[in-house]
Amino acid sequence: MDYFAQQLINGLVLGSIYGLIAIGYTMVYGIVGMINFAHGDIFMIGGFIALISFLVLVSLGLTAIPLILLIVLLVSMAITALYGWTIERIAYRPLRHSFRLAPMLSAIGMSFVLTNFSQVSQGARVKPVPPIITGGYTLHEGSQGFAVQLSNIQIMVVLATIVVLALFTWLVSRTRLGRDMRACEQDQTMAALLGVDVDRTISMTFVIGAALAAVAGMMYLLYYGLVDFFMGFVAGIKAFTAAVLGGIGSLPGAMLGGLAIGLIETFWSAYFSVEYKDVAAFSILIVVLIFMPTGLLGRPEVEKV
Amino acid sequence: MSATSARPSPAAQPSGSAFILKKALISALVALVLFSLMIGIRTEAGPQGGLIYWTRFGDLAALVGTVFGGSIIVELLRQWWGPVDKDSIVPKPVQSAISFAGRWLAPALLMFALLVPVIFYNQRYILDLSILVLTYVMLGWGLNVVVGLAGLLDLGYVAFYAVGAYSYALLATNFGLSFWVCLPLAGILAAFWGVLLGFPVLRLRGDYLAIVTLAFGEIIRLVIINWQSLTGGPNGVSGIPRPTMFGIPLTPGDDGLAARLGIEFSPTHRLVFLFYLILAMALLTNWVTIRLRRLPIGRAWEALREDEVACRALGINTTTTKLTAFATGAMFGGFAGAFFATRQGFISPESFTFQESALVLAIVVLGGMGSQLGVALAALAMIGGFELFRGFDQYRMLVFGIAMVLLMIWRPRGLIGHRAPTVFLERNQAISSDLVKEGHG
Repeated sequence: MDYFAQQLINGLVLGSIYGLIAIGYTMVYGIVGMINFAHGDIFMIGGFIALISFLVLVSLGLTAIPLILLIVLLVSMAITALYGWTIERIAYRPLRHSFRLAPMLSAIGMSFVLTNFSQVSQGARVKPVPPIITGGYTLHEGSQGFAVQLSNIQIMVVLATIVVLALFTWLVSRTRLGRDMRACEQDQTMAALLGVDVDRTISMTFVIGAALAAVAGMMYLLYYGLVDFFMGFVAGIKAFTAAVLGGIGSLPGAMLGGLAIGLIETFWSAYFSVEYKDVAAFSILIVVLIFMPTGLLGRPEVEKV
Repeated sequence: MSATSARPSPAAQPSGSAFILKKALISALVALVLFSLMIGIRTEAGPQGGLIYWTRFGDLAALVGTVFGGSIIVELLRQWWGPVDKDSIVPKPVQSAISFAGRWLAPALLMFALLVPVIFYNQRYILDLSILVLTYVMLGWGLNVVVGLAGLLDLGYVAFYAVGAYSYALLATNFGLSFWVCLPLAGILAAFWGVLLGFPVLRLRGDYLAIVTLAFGEIIRLVIINWQSLTGGPNGVSGIPRPTMFGIPLTPGDDGLAARLGIEFSPTHRLVFLFYLILAMALLTNWVTIRLRRLPIGRAWEALREDEVACRALGINTTTTKLTAFATGAMFGGFAGAFFATRQGFISPESFTFQESALVLAIVVLGGMGSQLGVALAALAMIGGFELFRGFDQYRMLVFGIAMVLLMIWRPRGLIGHRAPTVFLERNQAISSDLVKEGHG
């Protein structure tokens, strides 16, 4: 039981990170109808920028950890958001009215560009950071000496996710931009006729998605204490799996899917085998899609000839 | 930035040097922010395990300067080029050029391919490279059945390539079966996996299909990595037997081909044999595809690509149509995999990553989705271009990615992006594929 509780905590933390990335996928899919393959790499870039800015701040002589973390978060979100904007502008906007596969291949190309850009610019080796946030609580002292631990960093990841999600939900449901986004999602032509700047809205979607991925990247850095240039691919696939699992296009679905994937992965590694945890996550995806072709919370697509 | 605006007429765009300068400045500023930390500062794990960093502001300045200059040039080029009109019907001269090229380019290429071992007999490197190109041509033609003809977006094609390669490698090393026995077996096994993948995705469409095939490809790769007792895990399978020429080995021994023909042995013989083997296999793929296209099943595939709902309304059984497409495509992938295993003599999961799937898919899409000639040209361009950058190893994938993005922007429909109708009234007129609405299957 203690073991179970511990895995539950670990799974929720991992799931939060996946969920944050998955929102970026689902948002872009909802509005533009394309898989932004480069999104996983945006997450990786976010992690790298957090790492570098952290290093610079520390060497500049800053010592207050909360202040450093705040600055790192803002810098990482801002620069990563600019990456999202630039990618949309260069690689996707010219292909917006093209046929279905073109933007997707362009996105795969962009993903290669980002992966190899960071490999070339920052080297191929894993970049470790010393644990920045330490300490934690022991929730329950088990009988066989197994204690359920809740570390501060885990609390922080979950809290940050909740705060970011709350902000994001407010943005989508209460602001002008959010209304524009929802309008574009439903009908771009009609939205344009009613005075919504579609291009700008789509750009902002990428910007917000990238900013969320940056938060995820920073949380990943703090939680696992390392980044490398290849981490975007696997995390990206899993987050995309999460988005599809939750029903692509649905924002709560993305978070739900992220948590589900995180939990599946953690429990599978805990009770069955670590090697096959990714296989488990992907198999669950296939099984869910067989029985619910539009995911957990997705709306069925009505198609007319 | 270097992006062209999509639909609105480009004539409305302002021009003038002030505008160009402003645009270039914005680009440079964006580049400065983007690269400030990633290029300007280099991190590395230090000797004591901690991170160290050093600055590279010179590189940063050079890069930002390049972006500034580059965007001025791009903008000038665009204004010089003028607005680009999109013709829906392919214009007459282009059409006759295409049909001329179609008539002569393919046979010319084929003749050239047949003569490659004769012309480049002494250049091992070129022979090796052409074998590689032909392998990708075959993979491209195989995937073309699934993506180009049936319109099913498959991001996990490399899984079948892996199944074929491992089938041959394991059957040959464990049971001593010869290449010619294993080749059909590899194809059958791959086709079986194709059907197995096909079943769950029957109801899925478009991007759901894409992600499931991607997941499938990853599952196969992960299982190969982790099932160490069977596949050797990350170490792969080595000592895979070389192919024999219908039982006659291509070795320097007494029973080898050279000794039997009474000529001096040369390792090039094997390369030439491998070249003609993959050429024959690729041509077989091409021939089967062309024939299938004219059969009801091929027509059904193409109908499925254009519109699945209409297809079903017309009484086409979409289940069998999809499954046969997956199985056929997978079978050719399996053949190519078996060939790959016998050529390399060693295979490991590293050869079957998502990058390979993406590369083959890029070849198919760049070739023009359904055009056999286009796929061959795209494979030649991609693999050949890839080889040009062999010297700059770490920049290779970077350049590949940039090329992929630029090619998509330049020709979203691929090199040969027109549709030749299979049935026509009075005259055969190719139409631009911009006119065709892709289905969502």
